[in-house]
Amino acid sequence: MNVPEQLKYRDSHEWIEANVDPAKVGISDHAQAELTDLVYIELPEIGRLVTAGEAVAVVESVKSANDIYAPVGGEVVEVNEAVVNDPALVNTDAFGDGWLFKLKLDEGAAGGGELAALLDADAYRSHIS
Amino acid sequence: MSETGSEQLNRSPLDAEHVALGARMVGFAGWSMPIQYAGVMPEHRAVRDAVGVFDISHMGQLWVEGDDSSAVSAWLNSVLCNDVCKLEIAEGQYTLMLNEAGGVVDDLLIYRTAEAQYLLVVNASRIAVDVAHLQDLMVDGVQLRNVSDEVGAIAVQGPRSAEVFQKMVIAAGFASLELPPRNGIVSSGDGDQQFSVCRTGYTGEDGFELFCPAVSTVGWWRRALDAGAVPCGLGARDTLRLEKCYPLNGSDLSEQRTPIEAGLGFFVALDKGDFVGRSVLAEQKANGVEQRLAALQLVDKGPPPRPHYGVFEAGGETQVAELSSGTMSPTLGAGIGMAYLPIALAKVGQRVDIDVRGRRFAAEVVKKPFVKGAP
Repeated sequence: MNVPEQLKYRDSHEWIEANVDPAKVGISDHAQAELTDLVYIELPEIGRLVTAGEAVAVVESVKSANDIYAPVGGEVVEVNEAVVNDPALVNTDAFGDGWLFKLKLDEGAAGGGELAALLDADAYRSHIS
Repeated sequence: MSETGSEQLNRSPLDAEHVALGARMVGFAGWSMPIQYAGVMPEHRAVRDAVGVFDISHMGQLWVEGDDSSAVSAWLNSVLCNDVCKLEIAEGQYTLMLNEAGGVVDDLLIYRTAEAQYLLVVNASRIAVDVAHLQDLMVDGVQLRNVSDEVGAIAVQGPRSAEVFQKMVIAAGFASLELPPRNGIVSSGDGDQQFSVCRTGYTGEDGFELFCPAVSTVGWWRRALDAGAVPCGLGARDTLRLEKCYPLNGSDLSEQRTPIEAGLGFFVALDKGDFVGRSVLAEQKANGVEQRLAALQLVDKGPPPRPHYGVFEAGGETQVAELSSGTMSPTLGAGIGMAYLPIALAKVGQRVDIDVRGRRFAAEVVKKPFVKGAP
């Protein structure tokens, strides 16, 4: 299973690319495979302030609706309209075109240890194996 | 579709086949069953466009028989709401078992297999309830046998099912079979090779349900796959049946709802004499019902409607119902569902709102079924 090295992971299967500004958030390839064909995605409003662990988006397959949690705190500055129009993008390219939203990290995220508390690629790999 | 823990679940004779195919297994009605193999979408499309095969070994089979055919048919007519006297040998019909209040104990298919012998195919979750209910009403001269544990079953469904089923029969070493007409039943073979095939299903496509001794189920399953059928799970079974507005007992049907409220009046034979629940149904037929099971479709793109989502007056704050079933229709690409609506709203073209996580989505009452076509 594909687990890119440069990303950080939440144990609930969200990834964050935090070495860019704003940071980019999505769900892992493992998560999309478990969820199966996605048919609907609800993303947060731009400008929303979110805290680490807050439910901020919903991805739905035919069988279930699943909350997506913010890996760290920050402000939502952009959402991926392409996945709203075509949820299957998350299934085909979870780490690329299937990203969900971008976060301007807040103090707690940047300096307060929230990023450090996430899993690195190795830890996430063992988490899903 | 209710999921339960994995402890003490019954295992289908096909359990190892599902695991080998990489199926995702879930608890359903006390059984460990495949919810999907490749995915709900491709499995759904396989059945609509070509042919799929489902494990339905969890379903129940009850034999009702006796020495006197008129005693057997009279008893069945007193405990089921459709008219079994319309069945010639080798014919079947959809019918329902009701309580005294007219509520649905179970919905089932009944086949007449001999002069005084009938096969009842019932829902997995209701086998014990049905047997107890029928035993309570039993009379001398009629015998009830529950063979659910000894029988395996698969459903071959889709526009190519007749061709595929014929290949399976030949691969099993039989001469080609005269396939039964819609709702008919044909039996062949003996001993472990015995099988019965019914031309019916829960997908709205042409199809066959095959019942056989548990030990020979794996052989039939593999012959179906070899003949080109795509393995399909409970996920696709649910989207396929809901597109056709076939009710699911426990969701769309319950002991608190009558077949008249559920829109199944076609299967209620009020003219055949008395049966359990008749007086309530006759009253409802004469005076009307307060609520009726309606088909709802989202007007715009929106999240998949799901069971128990609230249904509200259009633009209003009054909740009028909750969804009994709901999904994203793979065929229509639109959200669909069913709900018991107040009769004034249960008319084609009426608008309501469906609540999804606090947001309202406009839905319209549409003509059943959502997806037209065969059979």
